Amino acid sequence: MANIVKVGMADLNVCKSPDGLTTLGLGSCVGICIRDPVTKIGGMAHAMLPDSKQIANNTNRAKFADTGIEDLVKKMIAMGGKKTRFEAKIAGGAQMFAFQNKSDMVRVGERNVEASKKKLKELGIPLKAEDTGLNYGRTIIFYPETGALVIRSAGKPEKTI
Amino acid sequence: MAENESVSFEKVTKEYYDVLKELGNIGAGNATTALAQMLQCKVDMKVPQVRLLDFKDVGEAMGGEEQIVIGIYLAVEGDITGSIMFVLERNAGKALVSKLMGMPATEGDFTEMEISALKEIGNIITGAYLNSLAQLTNLKMLPSIPDLNVDMLNAILSVPAIEFGIMGDQILLIQTVFTDDVDLNGYFILMPDLESYAKMLGALGLTI
Repeated sequence: MANIVKVGMADLNVCKSPDGLTTLGLGSCVGICIRDPVTKIGGMAHAMLPDSKQIANNTNRAKFADTGIEDLVKKMIAMGGKKTRFEAKIAGGAQMFAFQNKSDMVRVGERNVEASKKKLKELGIPLKAEDTGLNYGRTIIFYPETGALVIRSAGKPEKTI
Repeated sequence: MAENESVSFEKVTKEYYDVLKELGNIGAGNATTALAQMLQCKVDMKVPQVRLLDFKDVGEAMGGEEQIVIGIYLAVEGDITGSIMFVLERNAGKALVSKLMGMPATEGDFTEMEISALKEIGNIITGAYLNSLAQLTNLKMLPSIPDLNVDMLNAILSVPAIEFGIMGDQILLIQTVFTDDVDLNGYFILMPDLESYAKMLGALGLTI
C-alpha cells in the first residue's frame, strides 16, 4: 500500500514510488516538487519566503525557497537520485488578500515563485509545469512514479499538471 | 558582532511573545463587548487561550489544515505599523451573520451580502481589539479597511505565518471562544512590525 507523506509549512521531505508527497492548503507559500524519473525518487519543499539572504534569522533552511530547494536536491541525491535527470513542478504563491502592507510582504507569493524558478534554473533542473498565483489556496499531491501533480482548491474542480 | 545580534534577537522574540500574549487577553475582552453591542445580545467569552505554535503544527491545532475558514485581514498604521488577522470558523461566521441580519443562516457559499456583513463584523471586532491596545499603550493604531477571504485554513494562515516567519519559526495565536447559544471559535493573530515592538514595549514601561 502506497503512503502519502505529509510535508508541513516550512518543511521538506522525500519519498520513493509508489509513495507520494502532499502539502495541505498552500497559500502564499510555494510548493516545489522534484523527481528523478528513472529511480522514481521524489521530493517536496514547502517554502514560505523567497530569499534566506534577506532575513537575519535563517537557521530553518526549509523555510526559504533558495535554501529549501538546495537541501531538497541534496537529500534526493543522498537517496540515490541523479541531479542531471531531475525535473520540477511548482504550485502556490497566491496573493490571499488584496493588500499586504509591509514592504517585505509585497507580492510575497509572486516573489516565492520567482525565487523558486531562479534556484531551479541555477541548479539546471527543468520546470515542467506550474500552477501559481491568483488568490486561492491549493492542496497538492505529487506522485514521483508518473510526475503527476494533483491540485485541489476549495470550490474548484481538481486538476492535474 | 554577528553572535551578539542573534542573542539579542532571541531575547527580543521571547519578550515580544510575552507582551503579545498579555495584550491579546485584554484585546479579546474588548472585542467581545463590541460583538455583544452589535448583536444586541449577551455574549460571553471564555478565557482566551494564547498559544505559541510551530508552523507545521498550527493547522492541525486549529481544527484541520483544509478546513474552510473566514480570514479577515487589516493593515495597521499610525504609531504602530503591522497587521491583524481575525480567523473565524465557517459555521461561526454563518451563525454570526444570521444573528446580525435576523435571518436564518444560508447553506453553501457565502452570499455577497453575507460577505459584507462579515467584513463589518470583522471591522468592529478588530477595531475594538486595537482600541484597547491603543488605550493601554497610548499609541495611535489606525486600522485599514478589512479584506476578507474564505479558503482553506492553512492558505489563510500562510499570510500571518509568513509575517512571523521573518522573525522566527512560530506563530502566536489568541483563541477566543464567544458563547451565546453556540460556541463560536475565533482566532486573533496580531503582527506588529519588529520596529513597532520596541515602541509597544517602551509604552508599557519595558525595555529590551
